[in-house]
Amino acid sequence: MKPAVEISQLGKKYRIKKTERYLALRDAISDSVRNIFKRNSADKSDFWALRNINLTIEPGERLGIIGKNGAGKSTLLKLLSRVTFPTTGEVIIRGRLASLLEVGTGFHPELTGRENIYLNGSILGLKKTEIERQFDAIVDFSGVEPFLETPLKNYSSGMQLRLAFAVAAHLEPEILLIDEVLAVGDMEFQRKCLGKMEEVSKQQGRTILFVSHNMSYISSLCTKGVLLTNGQMAASGDVSEVINTYIADISNRSASQSWKENEQPGNDVVRLHSVGLVNSSMKTTENFKVTEDIGVEMIYEVMKDNEVLWLGHNIHNEQGINIFDTHSVGTDYYRQPHSKGKYSSVVWIPRDLLNPGIFFISSAIFNHLKNTIHLHERDVLMFTVHEVFDQETARGLSGGDFPGVVRPLLKWQIKKI
Amino acid sequence: MQSEIKIVPPKTISFDLGELWENRELLYSFARRDIKVKYKQTYLGIFWVVLQPLLLMFVFYFVFFKTLNINVGIPYPVYTFAGLVLWGLFSTGITHSSESLLSSSQIIRKIYFPRLLIPLASLLTAMIDFLVAFALLFVLLIIFRQPVSWKALYCFPIATIITFISSFGIGSLLAALNVKYRDFRYLLPFGIQLLFFSSQIVYSIHSLEGPFSSLLYCNPLNGALEIFYYPMQNYELNFTGVLISVATTIVFLLCGLIYFKKTEVYFADLI
Repeated sequence: MKPAVEISQLGKKYRIKKTERYLALRDAISDSVRNIFKRNSADKSDFWALRNINLTIEPGERLGIIGKNGAGKSTLLKLLSRVTFPTTGEVIIRGRLASLLEVGTGFHPELTGRENIYLNGSILGLKKTEIERQFDAIVDFSGVEPFLETPLKNYSSGMQLRLAFAVAAHLEPEILLIDEVLAVGDMEFQRKCLGKMEEVSKQQGRTILFVSHNMSYISSLCTKGVLLTNGQMAASGDVSEVINTYIADISNRSASQSWKENEQPGNDVVRLHSVGLVNSSMKTTENFKVTEDIGVEMIYEVMKDNEVLWLGHNIHNEQGINIFDTHSVGTDYYRQPHSKGKYSSVVWIPRDLLNPGIFFISSAIFNHLKNTIHLHERDVLMFTVHEVFDQETARGLSGGDFPGVVRPLLKWQIKKI
Repeated sequence: MQSEIKIVPPKTISFDLGELWENRELLYSFARRDIKVKYKQTYLGIFWVVLQPLLLMFVFYFVFFKTLNINVGIPYPVYTFAGLVLWGLFSTGITHSSESLLSSSQIIRKIYFPRLLIPLASLLTAMIDFLVAFALLFVLLIIFRQPVSWKALYCFPIATIITFISSFGIGSLLAALNVKYRDFRYLLPFGIQLLFFSSQIVYSIHSLEGPFSSLLYCNPLNGALEIFYYPMQNYELNFTGVLISVATTIVFLLCGLIYFKKTEVYFADLI
């Protein structure tokens, strides 16, 4: 039997323009005028989101694709689902393919649940007769039967998700691409979805390509794994080995990271020397209690005078959800340009903000006025927030699971009236 | 036989009509969605399809006929309404399809299907509106006792087809341009106005004089209108005019399709 998916020499290049993201005709005109005088405009730079990917996936294989944010996982799925096209290489797909890059694609708030099942189904590639045949099973799985004739805008977000996943779960393709769709929804429903996916893949022998940040999902569902790093394949093979490589890779760079002279991220304007995590007594650590402030340090060198530079961090959780971003607003250097030299920065993530879990930090130095990003290092730091029981936190003194990605300690007032 | 798909970097443009046909159910789904959504939460619902041209007809009747006394050969309300019916298909087709890709950006970024289905679905929606308004035209013809020759049997369909194709050509061109250059969004209302006033809806080209009048047939709708009015009028068909309109229709269709096909592979990256 021939492989279900054959990928050879696959690459995708994006051209990043350093001007606005939305092109306006004005730019095209002024650019083309400029380009008459100046060839190879320096305003553009190439960025390979994926490069030199070679993979063969046999029918019935379940492949987990892992990697940090921005490693090219989603780009790979987009290429395979033909949403976007490769720059180099080729892919051969044998069999009917369905992609779930998002649940509920094309849902319309004004339409009823019933109408949305048909619409979403046909967007995902189901024929009308197939939807009719599966209709009762879909409604049953979603559990929204009493609201079938209600417009979707009156559904809760949980109900919308159930309905969306129910349609998706009843697709019957030979090859299924799934991107992180389980990252949302309540735990009970996530488990139900996972069960359905296992049933679909293991019992019915479908080929599945699954992207997730959640290693436990990957290891329970997949047989093989691929690790992507900066758009290239860093490891592939047995899923548990690939996961181990990945975890070794991210835990290497947990509490602090510094770069050698010629490997420093950046350009001729600014270079990043090191980043690190400290607690309130300025001790480097990757473990914090819920009740501890978390300091994120950055040491960088400015190579040119008179540069307006802003610093920023993105904080992601284990599922790849962007918890928040922070920029160096309110410092002297927010308006005042940097002069040549070395600088250090620190920003404090306040205590009682994050819920226990594993978090990743990406760091960037940029100039928002010119829309120039000098450097953006993804997931350079990793830290763990731990539960405390001896002090009072936002959960109060209650035990058990306390849901939510954040856990801010808010001010309550109770009055007797 | 298992289907085999090969994905390679885009080089040449190809028109895969078979793929469009295979995905016709999705086309109907999009069109059905647009029609359903369009008149949700309106009290009069589908009646707006006929109310809109009727209201415009009254405005034009008082503004252009009562005050300017324009002669069009047949009862003025019948003439303008007939014109507005075809105009409705033309302008709604263009406006909706040119916005269609941007408003479907969410789907385009996540799912593959032949992208031409999106502007085509907008056109199909406009076509439904057209058919409703077209039915009302017959009521108006009876009320005003306007005789219609048997030529209508082929003139009405031909006029509709020309309008549909030109609207599709212009619409898909604008839709693809809009993805890359949002400027066309702002240019569109102006373009629609220009098209309206250059179309023989409130006036008749036959009452104009000079070489300037045949220039008006560069607007493809004028050729379609010429054929559309023909069974009701007793004028000689301006054959050169119609030919010019058909030629511009084909030019628009080719430009639209080629530009659309050339750029569609990058829609997901740009939108």
